Amino acid sequence: MAPILELRDVEAGYGPFRALFGVSLSVGPGESVALVGANGAGKTTLARLSCGLVAPSAGTVLVDGEEVGSGRPSAWRFVRAGVAHAPEGRSVFASLTVEENLALSFHRAFGRAGLAGALDRAYELFPRLGERRTQVAGTLSGGEQRMLSLARVLVESPRLLIADELSLGLAPMIVDQVFETLGRIRAAGTALLIVEQQVGHALELCDRAAVLEHGLITWQGPSKEAGAVLESRLFETGAAR
Amino acid sequence: MSGAGGFFEDLFRGLLQGTPPGAVYALVALGFVLTYKTSGVFNLAFGAQAYISAAMYFKAHTLWGWPKWAALVVSAFVLAPLIGLVLERLIFRHLRTASAVSKLVVALGLSVALPELFNQAARFTAVAGRQITGIIPDGASVFYDPFGVYRFNRDELAMMAVALAATLLLAALFRFTMIGLAMRAVVESPRMTELSGINADRTSAFAWALSSTFAGLAGVLIAPRFNSLLSTDFFTLVVIAVAAAAVGKLVSLPRALLGGLGLGWLIAVFNTFLPRWSGDHTWLRPFQENLTPSLPFVVLFAILVLWRAIGREREASDPLSGVDPPPPALAALARHPKLTLFTRLFGVGFIAVVGSVVWFRAGVLWMHLVTTAVIMAVIYLSVTVITGMAGQISLCQGTFAAIGGFTIFQMADRFNMSVLAAALLGAGVAAAVGAVLSLPVLRLGGVWLAIATLAFAFFFDAVMVKFSWVGGGTTALLTGTRVPRPLVGPIDFASDRAFLVLAVVVLVIVSVVVIQLREGTVGRTLTALRGSEVAAASIGISAARARIIAFAVSAAIAGLGGALLSMHQQNVNYSTNFGPVNALFWLVIVVALGARTVEGAIQAGAAFALFEPLILKGDLLAWILRGEDHLPGLLPISGSWRLVLFGMMAIQFARHPEGLVEHGKRRASARINRWLEAREGAAP
Repeated sequence: MAPILELRDVEAGYGPFRALFGVSLSVGPGESVALVGANGAGKTTLARLSCGLVAPSAGTVLVDGEEVGSGRPSAWRFVRAGVAHAPEGRSVFASLTVEENLALSFHRAFGRAGLAGALDRAYELFPRLGERRTQVAGTLSGGEQRMLSLARVLVESPRLLIADELSLGLAPMIVDQVFETLGRIRAAGTALLIVEQQVGHALELCDRAAVLEHGLITWQGPSKEAGAVLESRLFETGAAR
Repeated sequence: MSGAGGFFEDLFRGLLQGTPPGAVYALVALGFVLTYKTSGVFNLAFGAQAYISAAMYFKAHTLWGWPKWAALVVSAFVLAPLIGLVLERLIFRHLRTASAVSKLVVALGLSVALPELFNQAARFTAVAGRQITGIIPDGASVFYDPFGVYRFNRDELAMMAVALAATLLLAALFRFTMIGLAMRAVVESPRMTELSGINADRTSAFAWALSSTFAGLAGVLIAPRFNSLLSTDFFTLVVIAVAAAAVGKLVSLPRALLGGLGLGWLIAVFNTFLPRWSGDHTWLRPFQENLTPSLPFVVLFAILVLWRAIGREREASDPLSGVDPPPPALAALARHPKLTLFTRLFGVGFIAVVGSVVWFRAGVLWMHLVTTAVIMAVIYLSVTVITGMAGQISLCQGTFAAIGGFTIFQMADRFNMSVLAAALLGAGVAAAVGAVLSLPVLRLGGVWLAIATLAFAFFFDAVMVKFSWVGGGTTALLTGTRVPRPLVGPIDFASDRAFLVLAVVVLVIVSVVVIQLREGTVGRTLTALRGSEVAAASIGISAARARIIAFAVSAAIAGLGGALLSMHQQNVNYSTNFGPVNALFWLVIVVALGARTVEGAIQAGAAFALFEPLILKGDLLAWILRGEDHLPGLLPISGSWRLVLFGMMAIQFARHPEGLVEHGKRRASARINRWLEAREGAAP
């Protein structure tokens, strides 16, 4: 059975700047992979590549063994193939209300009939969002905006969820709650690709880990062994812990 | 009829009278809001789109004798959406994540190029006095008089009904449908929309088809109101409608409807009462004559400047804008030293050759054209300062130039002042006007600043020029706004050669000033502000001072250039040289060729003055082929293709926002840099 997502010798960057140099990585059904590395190692670029936001300049990105969108970046095809992405930062539509933000995704995923149920699940997950459902998203606090962009992907439980810096800007209690939810959807069969500075949380959640350094994957293996590797290799780059 | 009853009856009649034109403004304003909401484009080309459908309808129905319904279908429901789809695919898709300001520039280019392209392609010329018969049967000749004070014709009623129905339908579209929601989402962030699983390309294609259809429909409905079909009338209508759209902050459809109607009522009421009052109070008379045509622009300017809420909202930025590659640096900064040396030598050589050819060989016509090119380059440097350096779009550079021209005209005419001194005075007056204007409008920034300056330009055009202390009044009508050439000691600049030298000297001085400004504190401050206003403020940089200086300097340069142009032509020639629409042309040509460098402005000046005779008329080719007899049959090409090419330039600008020349230079220098480095690497 083909992996849900497979990167083969992928290179990518922005204009004249290269961020990734020949990276190969695959995530199978139900698998969970933690991607760790120092700032500027290329983690976010790898996440963007894996969901179609950035097109590779060399190599191929395969979903279910097939190339998607013939080289042009087209994130919507990835989403429809079941690969969802929660980008880093406050990725919400600032001029739409909380409910409109959610409805945009849920209407496609669940249809008109399933929309109300999906909204309820999102508000159950983050009651704060329920209180502000008619508020314009741009006026939410930073943490609330994170909740909103997470609620979008967590409720959908896609086949593969790519999450970039989930915990950034969230209170520790909420972070725990988010990882608990991730554990639940993982148990329900969603594959995960987690990019995370909070290495401890990520390694605990995932089976497998990949270490990214200067645009190259330098180590892959079971998460349990990753701790020791990180101690020895990444201490000087400041990515440990 | 007397007393209070008469007043209220007149007021009521005024309001009814104002409703049909109000519905016209509302219709255009609705379309404007629709485009802005669904594509994020401040679409000044809306008038051009409406014009094309109106012209197509006219051609199909009146000239070809098609039935009305067929003409309507072809013009508004086939041609119009098709144009929208082509524009989206060729241009605006690539601009989705560009700033609102660069979208505005492209729309400006299209507003000039689209009507011309249609006229050329369809061999259409507006026939004066041939009115369009509207789609409504007997639209202009069957009247209804519901209140016994004002008679509406069928066309007017249809327009009012369509405006109301469009407001309701479109508001429902945005409120209750997913496609409405998706269109708003795409404007904010196409990539985030894609992450929601929605095809952003298809969504924005739909948005453009929809808004273009609306433009076409509006055009066909409105056209019977004009005496003859002119695209400039449609453009002016759009500027007026922007006032109505601004009432809804460009996003509210019901408010745009109310804004349009309100504008119509206001104008009608003024028209009703001002003549009456000015009978008793003669001081009102000049206002009565000038206010009515300018009222929409005054209202627009007042709304923008006085309504604090406008311009306060920052443009909602795309949270995923980091996906785009960063803007590249100026090519000159990344050059190999040898290449820099070579470029300079080549530049000096090229100028020397062209200069000597012009000096020794050129006839009167070519001397005239080259001088025009040099002077236009001076004027274009004002765009380099305000747009290239300060990142602000000013659409009233023509007005500043006109101020320079009128100042020397007035000074020479009334006080017999030396024209060179008057030119400096004109630059000073323009700088003062620019500084004063910048105080209220700079707060706005972005597209709002552009619109406020456009309103100012139209206001100057409609009101100020008519005052005798500006445009010369009746004397100017009889004898023209004549301006003498300067005379300094033994040098008489009435000689074209001497005047060319003067223009070149001014160009060199202004270029040095602009470069000094760019490298100095003001320039660095402006660069910092362009990068991030918040970050600049956090290290203690004040935006206001640097921008006011930029505005004033830019106005002064434009004023000086305008004065020179007037001396050159020995006449101000306001409407051919400095009209509000001309200045739009200037902006696009400079920005498309490269607004950040002095060379960009000089090349734009050369393109403006020399492109048509040199390339289109085939003079260059004829010179190369030694004789006009050898020219291929397709030359000379009609001058109006210049406008179409100009539209192509706007399209290129969409792909290379740094400017065409800059883009070419960057590619070439990257290639030569690599070659030079490889050779150096191989040598040792």
